[in-house]
Order: sequence, then C-alpha cells, then structure tokens
Amino acid sequence: MTTDHPSALGLGAALVTTIFVVELLRRGILREKFAALWLIVSASVLVMAVFPRLVRWLAEAVGVQVPANLLFFLTAILLLLVSVQLSYEVSRLEVRTRRLAEEIALLREEVRVLQDR
Amino acid sequence: MTRPAGRRLLIAVPAWNEEATVGEVVRELHEFVPGADVLVIDDGSIDATAQVARSAGAKVVVLPFNVGVGGAMRTAFLHADRCHYDAVVQVDADGQHDPASVKLLLDELDVASVVVGSRFAGQRAHQVRGPRRWAMKLLSVALSRVAGTPLSDTTSGFRAADRKAIKLFARHYPAEYLGDTIDSLVIAARAGLTIREVPVEMRLRQGGRPSHAPIKATLYLGRSVLALGVALTRRRSATGEPE
Repeated sequence: MTTDHPSALGLGAALVTTIFVVELLRRGILREKFAALWLIVSASVLVMAVFPRLVRWLAEAVGVQVPANLLFFLTAILLLLVSVQLSYEVSRLEVRTRRLAEEIALLREEVRVLQDR
Repeated sequence: MTRPAGRRLLIAVPAWNEEATVGEVVRELHEFVPGADVLVIDDGSIDATAQVARSAGAKVVVLPFNVGVGGAMRTAFLHADRCHYDAVVQVDADGQHDPASVKLLLDELDVASVVVGSRFAGQRAHQVRGPRRWAMKLLSVALSRVAGTPLSDTTSGFRAADRKAIKLFARHYPAEYLGDTIDSLVIAARAGLTIREVPVEMRLRQGGRPSHAPIKATLYLGRSVLALGVALTRRRSATGEPE
C-alpha cells in the first residue's frame, strides 16, 4: 500500500545512490555517459520518495491498479535498457581491442625487422 | 597466364596452434608460388607456430590473443593494403588447400575481385551430411543470389582478393565466427565487387581434426543462419567499426 507520506526507505536509497554516483564521478572512475543515467534514476527515486502521491497519480493515469506494480514495471524496463546498453558498450570495446591487437601484431613484426637490421 | 610482371602477391596463412603443419605449408607455397610473399598470422597460438613458420621462411605476425580467422585475415588485409600488394590469397595452415591450386585462383582474379576455391564445384564431391549439409546448402543458395554467381562452397577458406577487395577488407572484414566467410562475401557483393568460384581439390588435413559431431553440426547450422541473417539485413557494410 502506498501512503502519501514520504518514505524513509526510498529517501535513504535515493540519497545513497546519488552520493555514491557523484563520488564515483568525482574520482573519475565512472564515465559521464553512465553517471548521467544513474543520476537521473536516483533523482526520480528521490522525487518519488518525497512525493509518493506522484506514483499513485501516475499509476491511475496509465491504468495500473497497484501503484507498486508500476514501480516494478518501470524498474524492469530500466534494468533491461541498462543491460542492453552495457552489452553494446562491451561489444564496442571488444571490436576496438581486436583492432588494437591486430595493429600491435603488425607493429611488433615491424619492430622485430628493424631491430634485426 | 597473362599477368603484369609487377603484380605483388601476398599469401596469407591464418594459423592457430598449427605447428605440426604450418612449416610444410609455407615450404610448399614457396615452391609452388615462387615470387609470392608468405605471411603467417599467428592467431594467439600457444605452441611453436610462429617459430616454425618463421624458420620455414615466412613473414610472421603474432596476435597477442586469439581473435579468430576473421581478425587474423583483417590483419593480413591491413598489411597488404599498407604495403601495396596487388593480390592476397588466403590459405589454411592445416595443409588441406593444395598450394598448386593457388594459381587457379589467381587466374580467375583477372575477371573477378574475389575468388573462392570450392570443394563442391569440382568433380569429386566432398561427403558432408546432416545439419552441416543443410547449412551449406542454405548458405550456398542465399549467397549465390546475393553475389549473382553460383557459389557452392561459401565457407571455404581458400580465397583470393584483388586490390579493390583488399582495400575494402582492410577496413571492413568481419571478425565474427563464420562472419569471415559468409559476411565477407555479402560485404564484397554489396560493394559491387565481382565474385567468382573456381573448383579446387581439397587434400586431407595433415593435422588437426575435422569437426563432425552432430551437436556441433547443428550449432553450426544455427550460427550460419544467424550470421547470414545479420549479414543480409544490415544496411551498410558496418562491421561494428565505429569510425
């Protein structure tokens, strides 16, 4: 059941996520394109934690009877998108790594030939 | 053979743990195709492939890890493009391709940009059965249409490429499994290159073991269909290379 009072759990989770992401970003561990996504996510969680009524309105607007189910649905979609994005990034990195490996192989042979001279 | 005297030929031999056979292959290539440079691409071997090939007289490039035949061949095309070779012939390191047939492929390069040496176009048909056979049939029918020429052995690794094809493949050569054979034909056809097939005799492998297990064959069918589907539905020849 969703009450109209701010939820401590949601609030806490959103704050922790935000601080964690900002910290990673600050230390230069997380690239901006990934950080942006998580910042948006934690911001929306924060908003929903402060104004639970929003979730109820939203659920009514799209015809979901139990507001929590709307949250679960949105979460599932979000995680799906994130994992697709990660697969995409991994594939791209793999292509680049391969490319570099090929380049290294050629260069190493060139260096060997030069050294033998 | 009416070929300009100055045509520079590179024979590319992708090799992954083929120390048992690669030396003999290199020696035979030097013997049957004098004047050609032999480049062995050691695809992350853990055996003595590179040393054996080098002492047999080949130029060897060593990939730091295994990238598959596609990646190895792209390395070769990259090298061929930079060193201005006029033709590249791909020959397997396991000895199943007859070095004497290299000139059959080269002759056909006079009228085509990509030449595929086929086991099946010849008189003595190769015995293949089950899912692997269906996969080959399917690929053959589909790719013949795309290429506009009959292709019976689309996954053959015995191929030749001319200058135009080298330029194309140095940039876009699929590194995906099976992509190197299937997808490369689609890429070449889409780029407007002429593709031809010539019959060649295959010899028994001198080393390594052929894969005949039914599960493997079925998997092969699935992956072929996937590779074909991806190749055919792609709009441009974007081989995942964000440039």
